[in-house]
Amino acid sequence: MEELRKKASELLAGGAVKVVIGYGKGTGENRRPIFVRAAERAGDLAVDAGCTQNLATYLTKAEVRAMGRMAIVAIPSTLRSILQLAAERQIREEQVLALAVLDGQLRELATFAAVEETVATIPDAISAADRAMIDKLATMSVSERRNFWADELGRCVKCYACRSSCPMCYCERCTMDCNRPQWIPVASHAIGNLEYHMVRAMHLAGRCVECGTCGAACPVGIPVHLLTFYAEESVRRQFGQKGGGSAKLDYAMSTFKPDDKEEFIR
Amino acid sequence: MADPFEPKMTAFVCNWCTYAGADLTGTSRIKYQPNVRVIRLPCTGRIDFMMVMKAFSRGSDGVIISGCHPNDCHYTSGNYHARRRWMVFRDLLDFVGIDLRRVTFSWVSAAEGAKWAELVNEATSKVRELGPYKEIQQLAAVGID
Repeated sequence: MEELRKKASELLAGGAVKVVIGYGKGTGENRRPIFVRAAERAGDLAVDAGCTQNLATYLTKAEVRAMGRMAIVAIPSTLRSILQLAAERQIREEQVLALAVLDGQLRELATFAAVEETVATIPDAISAADRAMIDKLATMSVSERRNFWADELGRCVKCYACRSSCPMCYCERCTMDCNRPQWIPVASHAIGNLEYHMVRAMHLAGRCVECGTCGAACPVGIPVHLLTFYAEESVRRQFGQKGGGSAKLDYAMSTFKPDDKEEFIR
Repeated sequence: MADPFEPKMTAFVCNWCTYAGADLTGTSRIKYQPNVRVIRLPCTGRIDFMMVMKAFSRGSDGVIISGCHPNDCHYTSGNYHARRRWMVFRDLLDFVGIDLRRVTFSWVSAAEGAKWAELVNEATSKVRELGPYKEIQQLAAVGID
């Protein structure tokens, strides 16, 4: 998209931003993240249907932040991530400029309020394939579901790509790395893998922006994003709160209502 | 003849209500099934969902989680926070295929010694009927001879 390349070039030449986080050509039709730091390299930026990774992950990386003000090529889930990071006080307004590409239109969003306004116009919906998969799992019996996940998670090699690719997994000290106590076995093991993915889903419940980047990052093709989607949906259904809608903190798991409705506690 | 199956039950309880309630059960001389191992924690808010996962992976056949009734929390709101967490955790447990009949949530106050006995009896009998939690124990035993 010529407009984006021109904008990026202007921003870098004028010194308004120090780096543009965007998509570049990868192997074949794949797109990979690139960090454009000079106006003359703005031509490397690509925008097309292959740009599906949520680049907001890089907004919290110290080495990227050290470059200076960041512009980020944003798809809808990136915008939601920016809001959620803002709500969790992980990013300040002056640190980031969103270059949103929506329906082939470039929109420059400099403030969180502007991002919020834009996000409000985008219906958040998970892909039809993911929806169908979650619905299918929901109709299975408990033992069928267990077998499904035992098969899937049995392939997990604990590479932590799902954790690394997730824009909301920014903690510098993670339960996964904690060895006193050792909550999760280091080795890839059937029970540890299940525990690992439970931890990921629970820690993302109410914060997940449903980008699905974790599932896409999995080298062995485990649909790990379904777990976080399901946890997030559970929060939305029960508490009416969600991740990535606002720059004001509205984290369902850190608050409560005295009349939260449940039927299972006797 | 093999011994009949006796379930291992793990109970995570809060210090202020359910633990005191279980104490009352004892001082009231109410008998209940001895399968339960009680783990005392300061508050239900302290009951990390990982503790439940660990209980299962270390061989529990059933888990009981109990604390103060809403509005009775010693720390004002620990049980309200815990309740939210359980609501999501329970959904997720079901989604990954863990049998919810093996996880019992309850509010037991310090005055409800009889309720504690009843709760333990009921949960233990249910799990005894379900049998050992082979599915999780098999997972946990992968690679261990």
